[in-house]
Amino acid sequence: MARFLVRRLLLLLPVMLGILLVTFVLVRLIPGDPCKSMLGERATEEKCNAFRERFGLNDPIPVQFARYVGNVLQGDFGVSIKNGRPVTDVLAERLPMTMELTLFAMLFASVLGIALGVVSAVRHNTAVDVGAMIFANIGVSMPVFWLGLMLAYVFALALKGTPLQLPPSGRLTAGADLPSLLKVWGMEDAQGLQRFVILLISNSVLLSSLIQGKFDIFADALRHLILPAVAVGTISLAIIARMTRGAMLDALTQDYVRVARAKGLAERMVILKHALRNALVPIVTIIGLQIGGLLSGAVLTETVFSLPGVGTQIVDAIIARDYPVVQAFTVLIAVIFVVVNLIVDVSYAYLNPRIRVS
Amino acid sequence: MAQESISVSPATARAREAGRLRAQSPFARTMRRLLHNRSAQVGLVIISMLALIAIFADLIAPYAYDQQIRQAGLRRRSPPCIHLLGCDRDKPQLLMGLDGNFRDLFSRVVYGSRLSLQIGFLTTGAAILIGTLLGAVAGYAGGWADNLIMRAMDVLLAFPSLLLAIAIVSVLGPGLINTLLAVAIVSIPIYARVVRSSVLSVKEMDYIAASRALGASSLHILFARILPNSLTPVIVVGTLGIATAILDAAGLSFLGLGAQPPTPEWGLMLGEERNSVFNAPHLVFFPGIAIMITVLGFNLLGDGLRDALDPRRRV
Repeated sequence: MARFLVRRLLLLLPVMLGILLVTFVLVRLIPGDPCKSMLGERATEEKCNAFRERFGLNDPIPVQFARYVGNVLQGDFGVSIKNGRPVTDVLAERLPMTMELTLFAMLFASVLGIALGVVSAVRHNTAVDVGAMIFANIGVSMPVFWLGLMLAYVFALALKGTPLQLPPSGRLTAGADLPSLLKVWGMEDAQGLQRFVILLISNSVLLSSLIQGKFDIFADALRHLILPAVAVGTISLAIIARMTRGAMLDALTQDYVRVARAKGLAERMVILKHALRNALVPIVTIIGLQIGGLLSGAVLTETVFSLPGVGTQIVDAIIARDYPVVQAFTVLIAVIFVVVNLIVDVSYAYLNPRIRVS
Repeated sequence: MAQESISVSPATARAREAGRLRAQSPFARTMRRLLHNRSAQVGLVIISMLALIAIFADLIAPYAYDQQIRQAGLRRRSPPCIHLLGCDRDKPQLLMGLDGNFRDLFSRVVYGSRLSLQIGFLTTGAAILIGTLLGAVAGYAGGWADNLIMRAMDVLLAFPSLLLAIAIVSVLGPGLINTLLAVAIVSIPIYARVVRSSVLSVKEMDYIAASRALGASSLHILFARILPNSLTPVIVVGTLGIATAILDAAGLSFLGLGAQPPTPEWGLMLGEERNSVFNAPHLVFFPGIAIMITVLGFNLLGDGLRDALDPRRRV
């Protein structure tokens, strides 16, 4: 197992380098002079030369790439062109929102998806099964952003005044105030990694409100998260449900299930303890593989629900041609994606020893 | 005829039936299985209807997609008005209402089918072409070429596809063509992988060795012998890929990075009117339903194709 892990980690290095190369090349391919786009169209040749010298744009491309990799490894993503803030601050501000959204969507998709898949498999070929699978087929075909808009319409307008009414936009109800943890803990002059980590926790409204004991804000934040999480998670829910159904149908025909039934075990136990346990391996894999889709979905859904996350930031940055920000967020998300995939691979190998050998 | 059928014994009938099956080409057999598959049936019906709507859009749509309908009593974003359902006959019939620019939404949705099908087929076609070539070379040549190509594909796969597409569009600039390029580029690695693994298994077959023994050139073996026999999985993945491509392109347009107004692109129509969801929900509802049905069609057909083409499922 250790050897497998080391090999997988080593294989990660070229991929990480590739991610950096792609983002580096993408930004270099942008048409137009970076000097003109940063200093304005009327920048003089003199000023431009000084600018290029300052940012090392006159150096050979390989030197520039090496410097870029070095900076990223030190956690330095440069400065936002739009407002001059360090990109790491922008990251710490936007990342928690997207992580909260993705995690909740994943939770929703996994719990309901597995439940739906199990019920479907147990009631194989009944109306319940057919209904669930029709739902699953429609679920994978819906555009996330459209589902988000429809949910907002139903739960914010059609169900207005009922207990089911949910807020259609924003992170918190207007007026709700949650001070930054930097202020609360009196650490406003924190630097580097410490500052980054505190900002991350502080900007996770759920974590921060819990830490500060403001449970009304926690509940409010949770209510604001429901609709976006459902919108993001529905496609994954449908995929997980289909996978679970298939794996369960397979497991239910195995000999050990027949033995369990023959020795008089309650059907519930047979299904949950014997069949589902063994069906979980492919299900866990498919759940892990959903992370890319969930992240992409989060980007679109944040726009629909006006949530201050990575997605809205990337779109803003693209429109403002704020390349350091686009670059940093793309690298970050790719790294998260790759690491999660690695965890999935490793857990798969852990659960299924045959993989380790090959 | 009647006499013949009486005189044939059951054993002979079985033998004849078996002979008939053997005489059928693999293609005919696959088609038969496909047409008996429920998913594929529904998918084919949906896609055929969409194709017809796209082809005859000029006849079906009552207005041009950019034509403004200005009339007394017609407000911006008017709700649907259907005469059969009791709408005032003095008003023009608007099946899906007016959009924010006084344009007939139904006509725009109808014309949008052209665009969505084109987006799906063009991007997937381009991705398959390039992906197949890369995958075939990687699988057949092996060695450093294989390593180089597949590691590059790994890097592309390291990005969530929509995000990479967004990054590419940010470089190329917003627009429909650039969106098509971006969506095509991000789907190349999927096909390269599929074709490579397929080529790897086919190139070990005896008939390839025979071909080589007969003195066929590498190019001939790869393109005339190996590739045609490796493409089955590509058909399945490609059909499902069309669905993903349509969704991704709609997403980019929704964000304002894809098709630009007044193009009747469904994702763009949703994006333009997303703030009207509370006062004119029809403007959001119909384009979304159109995307969903289209994507559903390709997903169902893809599922059906997989069942029909996968030998392990032929029980």
